[in-house]
Amino acid sequence: MRLSIDHRTVYRFTEPQARLVQMLRVNPQNSHDQTVASWRIDVDHDARMREGRDGFGNAVTMLYVDGPVEAIKIAVQGEVVTSHSDGVLHGVHEPLPPAVFQRSTPKTAIDETLAAFARDATKGAEPHRALHRLNATVKEGFAVERGRGQPGVTAAATMARRSGTARDLAHVFVAGARSLGIPARYVSGYRLGGGAHRPAPHGWAEAWCEDIGWIGFDPCTGLSPEDGYVRVAIGLDSIGAAPVAGSRLGEGEEELDVDVTVLREE
Amino acid sequence: MARAFDEILGGEDGPPTRDELAAIARWIETTPPEELRRRQRSAEATFRQLGITFAVYGESDAAERIIPFDIVPRVFLPDEWTRLSEGLIQRTEAINAFLDDVYGERRILKEGVLPEDLVLGNPQFRPEIAGMRPPHGIWAHICGIDLVRTGPDEFWVLEDNARTPSGVSYMLENREAMLRLCPELFRNFRVAAVDSYPDRLLETMKSVAPLGVAAPTCVVLTPGHYNSAYYEHSFLADSMGIELVEAADLVVDDDVVWMRTIAGRVRVDVIYRRIDDDFLDPLVFRPDSALGVPGLIAAYAAGNVAIMNAPGNGIADDKAIYSYMPEIVRFYSGAEPKLPNVETWRCREPQALQYVLDNLEKVVVKLVDGSGGYGMLVGPTASKAEIEAFRAALIAEPHRYIAQPTLALSTVPTLAESGLAPRHVDFRPFVLTGANMVQVVPGGLTRVALKEGSLVVNSSQGGGTKDSFVLMDDPVIAQSQDFGFGQTQTMGGMTQSQGPL
Repeated sequence: MRLSIDHRTVYRFTEPQARLVQMLRVNPQNSHDQTVASWRIDVDHDARMREGRDGFGNAVTMLYVDGPVEAIKIAVQGEVVTSHSDGVLHGVHEPLPPAVFQRSTPKTAIDETLAAFARDATKGAEPHRALHRLNATVKEGFAVERGRGQPGVTAAATMARRSGTARDLAHVFVAGARSLGIPARYVSGYRLGGGAHRPAPHGWAEAWCEDIGWIGFDPCTGLSPEDGYVRVAIGLDSIGAAPVAGSRLGEGEEELDVDVTVLREE
Repeated sequence: MARAFDEILGGEDGPPTRDELAAIARWIETTPPEELRRRQRSAEATFRQLGITFAVYGESDAAERIIPFDIVPRVFLPDEWTRLSEGLIQRTEAINAFLDDVYGERRILKEGVLPEDLVLGNPQFRPEIAGMRPPHGIWAHICGIDLVRTGPDEFWVLEDNARTPSGVSYMLENREAMLRLCPELFRNFRVAAVDSYPDRLLETMKSVAPLGVAAPTCVVLTPGHYNSAYYEHSFLADSMGIELVEAADLVVDDDVVWMRTIAGRVRVDVIYRRIDDDFLDPLVFRPDSALGVPGLIAAYAAGNVAIMNAPGNGIADDKAIYSYMPEIVRFYSGAEPKLPNVETWRCREPQALQYVLDNLEKVVVKLVDGSGGYGMLVGPTASKAEIEAFRAALIAEPHRYIAQPTLALSTVPTLAESGLAPRHVDFRPFVLTGANMVQVVPGGLTRVALKEGSLVVNSSQGGGTKDSFVLMDDPVIAQSQDFGFGQTQTMGGMTQSQGPL
């Protein structure tokens, strides 16, 4: 499938900023299941950009902008050709062993409620089956919220509300899988469907099965990602995979506006 | 417990036979305690004036205190020092090789020398910087390896400090004080100088600059004046003649680090940071940190700046890893460790845990991620309630603890309230690793437990410091045993040393 992606991020500041330093994780990588046909990042300011990689193997673009900046628009556009793979990853650059993804983070901290939820959902099934059950159980038991939601929501808080954004549900899955002793991680990327204009990139999860490898799970659908998905970055949680992490030098508040369009090209 | 080995007066086998130690013992004996006390007060007054103070965490009055100074030095003989140095260099080289490996190829895990989850699941292993390599492949530029001694030839490594070991300013200031207050010791013994430390440190910094930088700009990065070790940060920057900066003085642009100065931007090549990893770069580590330099890790990853010590080093001095240091040394050096570890029970292992629970009144229990003497049980001196509290904690979270036998730490005569008395000591030497060499500074920080019988030397727990003499070959310059401490001369000494105050 050929997907075209248009991901616009606008920051507006109530006071002009003297400097911005941003770290972008918006470049999808080639693998057996996705080929990047074209990709570009445009910024509406004079900016210095540097490509690199983070410790997880994600492609990183550092963005350095001199002020005064009252607003900045980052436009990411491109085309990716995908193939169907039942959610199993093939040919992905993996610099870190799965055991690294067994650790918790503040957003994916495991408490007794979460662990019991994961246990009840999987009832001692072998890992591969357990993961599919966990994914289906999150899908059944949680309402999906549109919108970007609150950035600091923990998996435990989402458990209590039984409702959350794609990102929040993915955190529940990740924490649940880890509570079963299975390495799991957060994925940020793009997904076809759910309306033309979306207020955020998509987020889902991946978990490790010894005999199979890394497998994707999307608790919003209860299924594994297929060829309507474009994988961009991974992390221990959504912070580590965030499309934009920024710091600014200046007073005032900021307002964020994101618009993501994913279309199928014929 | 049997009487501990005294480094100057000897152990149960009798007094030491070495002339140098006998001469030091005579100095202690012939110098009137009142004179020693007067000199000690003078040194402490100077430290207070200089502001060499520390704040004790959790103390309500938050008063800054000076670390008590003891006037009686601790002494290493030339042959002892040579052996120690060889062991320290071997250990530091292994630490550097280990860090280069676990953040790179991970050979040591692939070959099964260490359990994989002990490293990869350890909070001190920072996946954020995996695959990045510091310039010249050097990670632990400054190591402070804590040693204890139990007999004439028995030294043990208690702890490796491979992050931002502190205390070197005490080594230097204690020596200054001793030179001023006890000049006769330096006339009578050839004590290796430590005052070249700042030069050696600066040389080390310059040597690890990114390749191709001819005249590197080096800075010391401090969290600020409210930090308990701020004196040391400013002292080191001053004595090296380089800038002391805070995060707000640095900016990263185009993956290059710059320092703001009145004359404009200056490119920075080497940063001796005295802030923790968590606060280095809010884009990579703690996002809520206001202390960090946004983009610093990108500059580091691009090879444009050396950070010393390198980010991620906590995995090398983690207490759970510590118990594997002998294996780590063997793995990378292919040789037996020259400096042994203290026997360590890893409470994560059920058998070890059982042994520890059965022997709580005999052992020392430590949190794997604790420091400063907090979260620690010293079985032989603990109350029943303390022991029971640790028993419960060990059962609940065994993986968080290690235990070690209670060692009969060596003592050094120390000026106590009641006069000279043996007090337990430990030792932190400083090992510098540059692009071209690994060197041990001939001296270090001796910490002394001032309470009678206490084995806890941490400054936050009532410990003090001593100067540490490393004697050079042919150490006794004057065979004369007259140190000049007749009563009259004592008066003279008093007058003389009141000048600087």
